[in-house]
This record gives sequence, structure tokens and C-alpha cells, in this order.
Amino acid sequence: MATLNIRGKESWLVPILFILLLVFPLVLTRFYTYLLALIFVSGLAAMSLNLVLGYGGIYQFHHAVFYGVGAYGAALTITKLGYSPWIGFLVGPLLAAFISLVMGAICVRLSKLYFGMLQISLGSLVWAIVYRWYSFTGGDDGIHGVSMPDLIGSTTGSYYFTLLVTAACLIAMYLIVKSPFGSALQGIRDNPVRSEAVGVNVKLHQLVALVIAGFFAGVAGVLFIVVDNSAFPDMLFWTLSLEILIMCLLGGWLTFLGPMLGAAMMVALRTFASTFTEYWTLIQGIILMLVIIFLPEGVLGYVNAKFKQLGNLASGGKA
Amino acid sequence: MLRIEGIQKSFGGFMAVNGANLGVQKGEIVAVIGPNGAGKTTLFNLITGIIKPDGGRVIFKEEEITGLPAYRICKKGMSRSFQVVNIFSRLTVFENVQIAVLSRHGKTFNLFTPSRKLLIEETSDILQSVGLTDKGRSVSGSLSHGDQKALEIAIALGGHPELLILDEPTAGLSPEETIRCIDLIKRLSADLGLTILFCEHDMELVFAIANRIMVMVRGKSIIQGLPADVRCNREVQDAYLGESESGVCLA
Repeated sequence: MATLNIRGKESWLVPILFILLLVFPLVLTRFYTYLLALIFVSGLAAMSLNLVLGYGGIYQFHHAVFYGVGAYGAALTITKLGYSPWIGFLVGPLLAAFISLVMGAICVRLSKLYFGMLQISLGSLVWAIVYRWYSFTGGDDGIHGVSMPDLIGSTTGSYYFTLLVTAACLIAMYLIVKSPFGSALQGIRDNPVRSEAVGVNVKLHQLVALVIAGFFAGVAGVLFIVVDNSAFPDMLFWTLSLEILIMCLLGGWLTFLGPMLGAAMMVALRTFASTFTEYWTLIQGIILMLVIIFLPEGVLGYVNAKFKQLGNLASGGKA
Repeated sequence: MLRIEGIQKSFGGFMAVNGANLGVQKGEIVAVIGPNGAGKTTLFNLITGIIKPDGGRVIFKEEEITGLPAYRICKKGMSRSFQVVNIFSRLTVFENVQIAVLSRHGKTFNLFTPSRKLLIEETSDILQSVGLTDKGRSVSGSLSHGDQKALEIAIALGGHPELLILDEPTAGLSPEETIRCIDLIKRLSADLGLTILFCEHDMELVFAIANRIMVMVRGKSIIQGLPADVRCNREVQDAYLGESESGVCLA
């Protein structure tokens, strides 16, 4: 299941999808362009989580911390320290990776749920600092109106920047998942004891995976700044972590692109259902329950399984 | 090649292994036998670093490895299979073995070369040697128990060990599969010159392939010797048959 992916016959879909995404801003209104960019941002955050959750089997419950740290790292570098946005864009992910390294080094000693509990606690600590440190982070007001370079200042500009960076990150993550490191990581997910017995230093690999995931979450945080020009403490509150986690489960946490699909569903649901009713979270909850009961491997996991069945039928039931 | 001196391990007051001694020479096939609960699997876990001993020493190739983590012991040239199937169940058979091969070549921190291009031949050779070539692309969790046990050994071979440790390789196998497994073990020893240490319930298997046999009872090693000596040893008969029936030779 872990290797289910865009590959083989379906791989032509990817360039077509990419070209469509390039054309969309020309035909869509500004609102929808903004919405799409937001999907990329949330999707990238969810996919970075899935790197450790789906591929690594690590219960990173509070992943939004690194998303938030990436955003704040960039925003503060630009507004408080007065550096150019481009430098801020680099600082954000690197800071997120560094926080992930420190937090990971502490948490990785524990396994499974204990890892998750400690990680939530440490993550909440980071949130508390951001939330309380008014003079530097702006406290619960957050940071608004972060100025962007002209090139990516407009809605369309920020859309294209987000699209390209997201695509680049996806390619990098895909390579990582398919690399020997990715194989070892999936081995650890399936069976840490056996991994250790074949000579894999499990904790060290997990730590590296956490740092990589933190980095990409940081990139997502930076992209949020690009799209929204603001950062606020809710970005590292645990409820957002839960939302990112749900995106992974909804889309399919054992597939590569599942979390992106989950993000699209969540963002669309929030946007459209909330225009009908303020109880949109109720709809979200029901959908989530239905997915977990009927599609335990997520929407994309289900689609992939169906594709595989069709392929098997076509080749005479063999394989 | 491997020497174990007075190794001990207790689990909450229960002495699972209580002063076991064992020696394995290069090129030998050594069997560990003993009644259920004698501590055979615990002994193997202690040797391979899965759990840490409370006392005693493990010496491998003239080097003390007592209490080292499992991944470092593996790198020194010792691989093992597990009694209860212990594989990467969501990955394909090929990927299962490839992880072990990648790990041996120290490539698991390589982030950007696709795995599918690396060490294909070595992995395929191992699959062939255990007879799993045509199942390479199957998800390992969906294999039959017999194939999973073969995969167990294949993963261990991926580490290209000098010493191969097999924990009940035939547990749960059908008679035909057991015969195939015996052939495989003999072949690995003869063709690849592997030193093999294994434990087993099946007496027939033990006496068929072991050069020397170590007997464990209640966490202690009571004898290590040639099959003929072990067979007629008084203490061994007591352990297996009870005191009243002693006097006959085993198996």
C-alpha cells in the first residue's frame, strides 16, 4: 500500500493537472485564485506531516507548530529585523527545521502515543511563547500587512509563487519518499524492531525525517505569509494540527498526494458549507465519520485500490 | 567466532536466562535446543542486541559486543531471523529485502537517488536463493506463512552476515516446507560458507543438520557437544523425558 502512487499509466495526469493550474488564474476570479493558493498551502503542510505520519509511522500530533514557526520566522525577519522578504522566506523554514530538531531530539526517545503526548506539550509551549510575547510576536493580534516584493504582491503573483514552490516541494518530497531513506523510513513504520535488526538506526532516521518534515511545514508557513500577508498564533494552536491530521486521514495517509486532496476537501468544505450554515464543522464531522467507516484508507487510498483492481482485471486477474 | 559467557537476563524477578554459555566456531551449524520457556529466544535477543543483558559477556570475532544496540551489532556481520514473522508488512517482498541490503551498504541516509535503481542485483540474488523471485512484487503481508518464513531468512541474508542466527526457522511450516527450509539452511552453509546458529523444536531437523548442539534448560546451558553425545546425555534426557524414563537416547 505504501508504494501506491501516481505512477505508470496514470502519470500523464500530473503534467495536465499542472498546466490546468497554471491557466486557472486567467479564468477564475481573485477569490477562487486565493482559495486555490490556500489549498496548496494547507496541502503542503498536510503532506509534510504525512512524511512522518504516513511514511514514518510517527505520531506527530502537533505539526502545526512548525507551520506557525515558519510563518512567524519569515514575518518577524521581515517586519522586526527589517530584512528583505526573500531572506525571511529562507529563515522561516530553517527556523522550523531547527525547532523540529530540538523538539524531535527530545521526543524521539519515546515511542508511539508517548511521543505524541510529549510532542503536543512541547508544541503548546511554543504556542504559549508566541501568544504571550506581545512586544516581539504581537501576541494574539499576530502580525499583519507583511510587505511582499512586487513580483508576488498581487493575488495572481502570490498564486504562481505558491504553485511553483509547492510543486518544487512536492517533487523533493517525492524523491525523498522514493529514496533509500524513504524505504528505510517506511520499514521503520512497518516494523521498528526489524529495522533495528537489519542495521538501521531507528531513532536517528526518525529524527532526520522530523527535521525534513519540519522544514517543509515551515515552507508552507512562509507560503501562507505570501498568500495572506499575515501570521497569527492560531497557526500554531493544536486545533490546526488536528485539522492537518484530518486532511491526511481524509485524503489517504498511505498515499503520496492524499493529504493534498484532503486539504482541498477541507478548505472547500469550510468555504462553501460555512456560507450555508455556521455549523459547518458538523458537516465536516459527519463526512469524516463516513470516510473512516467506509474508506478507512482515505479517498485517494480508495481510488488507488480501485485502479489496482481494474488493472488486475485487465491483466487477467494476475499480478 | 561467537562466544557467550555466563549471560543473564531477568524479567521482573523471573530469570529467563541464567548463566548461559555458548561457543560457535567459524563455518559451523550450531543448534540450541531446550523445552518451551528454556530461554532460547531470549538468548538470541541478548546476542543480537534486541534486549540488553543484566550480566555476562558476548564476544563476536574477538570483540566484546555486550549491550550494543541491535543496529550496530548487525553492522558487525551478524543477522537474524525471527520466530514470529517479523517483516515490513506493507512493503513488497523485494522492498523488504532491499531495505536490509541498503542498510548494509550504509545508504539509508541517501535522500535523492531512487531506491528502485539501487542494489537491484544483490537483492534479486537473495530472493532467488530463498525461492521468492516470482513473488518479488507482492505485498509481503499478503504472503502465505511459509513464504513469510522464507522472507524472514531473506531479510536476514540482506545484511550479508558472517553469522546467521535463525530463531525457529521452521515454526508453523508444513512438512514439505520444512524440508525445503532444511535444504536452504544446508545450502547456505555449504555454498556461502555461512556460520549458522539456530534454535528449533523439531528434533529431527536439529539432528539432521547441526554440527554441534547446545541444550538449554530453565535459562541455563547444560551441555554443548556433538549430536551423538547430547543425544545420550543424562541431564538432557531428564529435561525432555522426565527422570523416570531416562536411559534411552533421544530421537
